[in-house]
Amino acid sequence: MAISAADVRHVAALCRLAIPREQEEAVAESLGRILEHVQRLQTCDVEGVPPTSHVGELGDTLRDDEVCPSLPQEVAVANAAAARGGLFLVPRVVDGAGAGQG
Amino acid sequence: MTDFEPVIGLEVHVELRTRSKMFCGCSADFGAPPNTHVCPVCLGLPGALPVVNRQAVVYAMRAALALHGEVAEETRFDRKNYHYPDLPKGYQISQYQHPISTGGHLDVHRPDGSVLPVRIRRLHMEEDTGKSLHEGVPAGQSGVDFNRCGVPLIEIVMEADVHSPEDARLTLQTLRTIILYTGVSDVRMEEGSLRCDANVSLRPAGTTAFGTLVEVKNMNSFRSVQRALEYEVRRQTAALEAGERIARETRHWDERRGITFSSRSKEEADDYRYFPEPDLGALRIERAWAAAVSATLPELPEVRHGRYVAAGLTAYDAGVLVEDPPLGDYFDRVSGVAARTACSWVTVELLGRLNARGESIGDTRVSPEWLADLVRLVEAGTISAKQGKDVLDVMVAEGGAPEAIVRARGLTQISDEGALSGTVREVLAANAAVVSDFRAGKDKAFGFLVGQVMKATRGQANPALVNSLLRKELES
Amino acid sequence: MSQPQLWEMPLHALHRLLASGAARAEEVCAAFWDRAAEQDPHLHAFLSVRPREEVLAEAAAVDRARAAGTALGPLAGLPVALKDNLSTAGWETTCASRILRGYRPPYDATVVSRLRQAGAIFLGKTNLDEFAMGSSTEHSAFGPTRNPWDLGRVPGGSSGGSAAAVAAGLCPAALGSDTGGSIRQPAALCGVVGLKPTYGRVSRYGLVAFASSLDQIGPFALDVADVATLLGAIAGPDPSDATSARVAVPDYSEALQSDLSGLRIGAPRELFGEGVDEDVRASVAAAIDLLGELGASVGECSLPHVGYSLDVYYVIAPAEASSNLARYDGVRYGPRAAGDDYVSQFAATRGEGFGAEVRRRIMLGTYALSAGYYDAYYDRAQRVRTLIRRDFAEAFERFDALVAPTSPTVAFPLGSRVEDPLAMYASDICSVPANLAGLPALSVPCGLSNGLPVGLQIIGPAFGEMTILRVGAAFEQASDFQGKRPPMAVLGG
Repeated sequence: MAISAADVRHVAALCRLAIPREQEEAVAESLGRILEHVQRLQTCDVEGVPPTSHVGELGDTLRDDEVCPSLPQEVAVANAAAARGGLFLVPRVVDGAGAGQG
Repeated sequence: MTDFEPVIGLEVHVELRTRSKMFCGCSADFGAPPNTHVCPVCLGLPGALPVVNRQAVVYAMRAALALHGEVAEETRFDRKNYHYPDLPKGYQISQYQHPISTGGHLDVHRPDGSVLPVRIRRLHMEEDTGKSLHEGVPAGQSGVDFNRCGVPLIEIVMEADVHSPEDARLTLQTLRTIILYTGVSDVRMEEGSLRCDANVSLRPAGTTAFGTLVEVKNMNSFRSVQRALEYEVRRQTAALEAGERIARETRHWDERRGITFSSRSKEEADDYRYFPEPDLGALRIERAWAAAVSATLPELPEVRHGRYVAAGLTAYDAGVLVEDPPLGDYFDRVSGVAARTACSWVTVELLGRLNARGESIGDTRVSPEWLADLVRLVEAGTISAKQGKDVLDVMVAEGGAPEAIVRARGLTQISDEGALSGTVREVLAANAAVVSDFRAGKDKAFGFLVGQVMKATRGQANPALVNSLLRKELES
Repeated sequence: MSQPQLWEMPLHALHRLLASGAARAEEVCAAFWDRAAEQDPHLHAFLSVRPREEVLAEAAAVDRARAAGTALGPLAGLPVALKDNLSTAGWETTCASRILRGYRPPYDATVVSRLRQAGAIFLGKTNLDEFAMGSSTEHSAFGPTRNPWDLGRVPGGSSGGSAAAVAAGLCPAALGSDTGGSIRQPAALCGVVGLKPTYGRVSRYGLVAFASSLDQIGPFALDVADVATLLGAIAGPDPSDATSARVAVPDYSEALQSDLSGLRIGAPRELFGEGVDEDVRASVAAAIDLLGELGASVGECSLPHVGYSLDVYYVIAPAEASSNLARYDGVRYGPRAAGDDYVSQFAATRGEGFGAEVRRRIMLGTYALSAGYYDAYYDRAQRVRTLIRRDFAEAFERFDALVAPTSPTVAFPLGSRVEDPLAMYASDICSVPANLAGLPALSVPCGLSNGLPVGLQIIGPAFGEMTILRVGAAFEQASDFQGKRPPMAVLGG
C-alpha cells in the first residue's frame, strides 16, 4: 500500500496534526507498512455479512428530560489555557468559516 | 438568450424545546451567562459519555410524523468529524446512515391559491454546537461559549422541488407553521431556533439536468431567505450568461450588503468521516411507541386549512387563521355564526382593535363566546353593524357581554317600520333637490338619502329597513 | 517461613487483618505507601502518588469508623491504584500524554466513585502507554515502567504501571483498561491476575476513551479471589454510560471453587499458532493438562476467522481513536502551542502534544475513515469482526470457556520493539479477539519461563465472568505459581 507525502499532508490536514515536512516520508512509509499488513482483510469473504459496530444489545438506554446541575463557570474554564469572562479564548474565528451548521 | 430555471433545495435545522440537552442534563435554556450550562459531557471532557434524551426522540418523531415521514424501526447515531473551536469533541453526534425518519412532504399554498408540493428526503437528530463571540474579548481573539452546545436539533432535508426564491420563502414559512403546530420548537428564525441553508443551482428552463450546487448559509429571516436566493439566482445567471462556470462552494449571505460571498477554501473540502457512534447503541422504535406519539399530534395546518375552506372561507382567510394557531383556536370557538362573518369579525374587527392597543388574542378581554353573541346581535338586526363595532370597542376596552353593553347604552336598532317611515318622509321632504337628482338617474343620491336617515336616527335605524322604505317612497 | 510483610499480602488477607483488629488501615496504607516510595524509583509504575498524610488521614478515618461499629464496604481501608486514564476529580489525569499535562478533571469516573463507595483508599495513578496505545508502557510521554521481574524488560502494556505496581507490592490492587489486551498482557508479563470484563459489564464513564467499542475497565490483583471482589465493586449498569449493560451483578465470590468437574474447556488451535513462543506454548499446554486433572473436559476447537483479528483491530481501534482524540485542541484543557490562527494553532498543539505512536494511530484511523477508503477498511473490518464474533458464538455452543496464551511471548527487553510498530502490534495477537467479540477474559499466571512469568488466558461467553473466575481460581489453587513474587534481589527489597 503506497502512501505518498501528499496523502500524508491530506490526512494530517483532516485530523489537524502538524507534521514537519522532513518527517512526511517516514510517516508515509510507516503508514504504508501497516496498511499493507491489513490488506489481508481483502482476502476474507464478507459477502452478506453485516458489520458489527456495537457488541452489546440495542442501546435502549434513554434518559428522562430532566435538568441536572451544571458545572460552576469557574470550574468549567479552570483547565483552559486561556479564558476571560467565563469564555474560552481562541485565535479569532472568522465568521462563517466553520464547517458545521450555523 | 437562454432562460434559466433555479433549482432550490432547503435544509432546515430546528432547535427542539426540551428542558435539558440532547445528551446530558444541562439546561437547554437560552440566555444564561457564558459556560454556565455546561458539564463534562457537553464540554467534551475526556471520558464523558452521551446518553440520549427521550423527549428529544419524541419531539423528532412528532415533527417527522407531522411531515408524513416514515419513522424508522431502528435508528442510529453517527459521528460527523470536523474541527472547529465551537465543536468541543471534534465531532458532532448526528445521524447519517439510519436517520429517525425518511420521506414525507408538505404542501405550500401560494397566495394565488395554487399549491406547490415539496418532498422531504429525511429528518434526523443531532446536537447543536457552541458559539464564538467577538465582543468583550482581547483583539485578535474569539471567546467560545458552550451553553448552546448539545441542545437537540432536528435537520430536515427537502428535495429540490422549489424553483423560485419566493416559493423557497413560502416553503420555509409552511414548514415553520407545521413545526409550530407540533409544539416541538419555538421556530424563531431571529433567535436561531429555526435555521435554513439552501442549495441553489440553475439549469436551462425546460431541461431536467442539474447545475453546479452552491450552498447558501446565514439567512436569518424569511425575508433574507428570499433576498439571498434572489441575489444568488441573479449572480449565477449573470455568470452563466458571461460563459463562466459556477464554482461548487458554500456562500454566506451578508444581510447588510445584500450579497452572498464565498466562505470556504477548497483545501478544506468536506470529508466528515461519518462512522457509527460507538458510545450509543442503535435505538429501537417500537411501532406502539411511534403510534402513541402520532396519537398526540394536534390537527395539522393543512387539515385545518381544508376545514376552513370547506366551511366557506377564502384560501387567503384560511391561511391567515392557520398561520397563527392562537388566532385559529379563537376563531374555532366563535361558534353558531357563519364562518365568513365570524372570520371577518375576528381577523379584521377584533384583531385590528387589539393590534392598535398592543394586545394579543391570547390576553384579550373579549371571549370568543361573547364575540359570537355580538355577531348574532348584528345578524339578527337587533343592532346595526355600525353599532356592533361600537359595542366591540367597549368590549375590547372594558370587557363585558355584548347584550349588557347594548342594554346599558340603549343601542337597540330601530327596526319598527312605522317609526322609521315618518323619518324617511321627513328626510325626503327636506331634500327635494337630491330626490330629483335620483329620479334623473343619479344613483349616488340614494346613498346620501340613506345617510341622512341614519343621521336623523343617530345611527340606530336598521339600514336594510331604511333601504327598503326609501325605495318604496321614491318609487311610489 | 517468616510472617509475610503487609505489602506482600493480597486484599483478602489484609481485609481479614483489618476486620479482626489485628492491623489498622493506617498501618496497611503506610506499608504500601512506604514500599512505593522506596521501590518506585526503580520501576516508575506511578505517574503520581498522593501525599502520605492525605492517604493516612483517610485510612485513619476508616479505622475510626470501624471502631465506632459503622458498616463498612468490602474494600474499606485498602489501598488501590488507578491507571492514569481514569478521571479523578481535582487530581491530575494525564493519560501519560503531554497534551493532558496539568489537566484536573472536575469529576470522578464511575469506577472511581464505586471504589470509593466500597471504602478503597487511592494511593496513586499508574503509568501507561500514552492514551493506552501500546503494549509495553514505553509509549508513555513520562518515561517507561520497568518489569519488576527484570528491570531490563517491559511490564507489558498499556496498563504496565498497574501490573508492575501490584507485582512489586506497591499496592495490593489496581484498575486498568483493556482495549486489545492492555490488562491481560501486562498481567501475564508481570505475573499477576488481570481481568477484562465483558463489554458493558463495567461503566466506561470517566475512562478517557481510546477505542470506544473495545475499551473496558478491569482489575489487577495478586489472586483470583481479589479480582472477583474488585469486579463486584465496580460492575453494574450506569445511567451515565449508554453502553453499560443492564445485567444484574452476581456475587462473584461464589465462583471461587476448587473443582471443575462438568466444565467443558476448549483450546482454539489458532491462538497457539505462529508467533507464539515454544516456552509459552509448553507452559500453557501444561496448564491445560492441569485443568483436565481438576475435572474439566478439555478439547481442541477452531475459530476460523480469528487470524484476521490484528488486522481488524488495527483498523477499528485507530479509526475510533482518531475521532476520540479529536477533542484535544488546547481550547478547554491541556497546554496550547503558539499559532497565528486557530487552524495552525490546533495543528501545532496536537502535533507537539501527542507522541509518535498516538500520531501514527490518529493518521491511520483518519485514513481508514476518509472518503474513498471507508468501505475497504473500516466497513470491511467491521464485517470481519462479525465473523469473529460468530466463531466465538459457535465455540461457546460446545464449550463453557476457552483457554489460550495471554501473550505470545514473555516480557521482552526495553527498546526491542518500540521502533517497529508491527512487531509491537503482534504482542496483542492472543488478546485482541476477546475485545473484538466483547467477551470477558482473565489472565492468571501459569508458570515461569527463564524466570519470567507466563499467563494463561481464560475467555468466557458474554457475562460469563463467573465461569472464567471459577476456572482461574481452581487453576491457581492447584498451580505451583501461587505466591510467587518477583525476586527481591532485583528490586533491592
